[in-house]
Amino acid sequence: MSLQNSTVSPRSESLLATNQLIRNTYLMLSLTLIFSAAMAGVSMWMNLPPMISLISMFGSMALIWFVLPRTARSGAGLVTVFAITGLMGLGLGPTINYYLHLEGGDQIVMTALGGTGAIFLALSAYALISRRDFSFMGGFLMVGMIVVLLAMLGNLFFDLPALSMALSGAVILLMSGFILYDTSRMVNAGEDNYLMMTVSLYLSIFNIFVSLLNILGASRD
Amino acid sequence: MDWLKIFSALFIVAMLVFLWPRAGQMIRESRKGSLNEWLLVGMLLLGVAAFVAFLMYGIRR
Repeated sequence: MSLQNSTVSPRSESLLATNQLIRNTYLMLSLTLIFSAAMAGVSMWMNLPPMISLISMFGSMALIWFVLPRTARSGAGLVTVFAITGLMGLGLGPTINYYLHLEGGDQIVMTALGGTGAIFLALSAYALISRRDFSFMGGFLMVGMIVVLLAMLGNLFFDLPALSMALSGAVILLMSGFILYDTSRMVNAGEDNYLMMTVSLYLSIFNIFVSLLNILGASRD
Repeated sequence: MDWLKIFSALFIVAMLVFLWPRAGQMIRESRKGSLNEWLLVGMLLLGVAAFVAFLMYGIRR
């Protein structure tokens, strides 16, 4: 057997690595979404109080900031990713329960779920097929995120429903931008770790779902 | 003001503290996009906004 046949050019090698990164990321994303949905189901069944949402958000953010960067390149990273997404799913339970108790709540939740899936699939497919480089959006998205967080902080004190709805709309657009940005980073070799990519995409999906619930719940009222 | 709001405010402040330095770094390191690239992003986000408006219309009916 000739050794020449088994040699791979650097370009093909990089393409293989990118394809493997994409496959691993989407496989991991599917598993974490299923796990997260199961945890949300448990939380809904146990009828956990809304404070659980905040506690689990604090826990998952602490894992994302302090544990994931240290474990992302080891086996412990897998456990960390499942812990993050499990906690976020657990925190989602009281929110879904709240919307399910509204009039036509099941329709709101199902529409938000379907809408989130459609937005994610359409934007990911566009970024994957076109292979465009959206890396120029990084600074814009971070500034947008900070502006939205400051406005959310202000709205905690003023409690304006119209501002809350506008902020949910802004979050959906920002997270859509993050889906384009993250997918293009994956395709154009800007990131090589599938666990970091999984958490980034999961956070975008999670935030789009919660914001859609807020907007659809408010528009039903 | 209830505990839920106080914890929410703490959570947002913690996120701001964490994101601030990262935002500065990303602004410095991001390449500049061309007008065409920004127009494309604008069109895609406009599509998302139209889709959300369609969902809202569907829920109201």
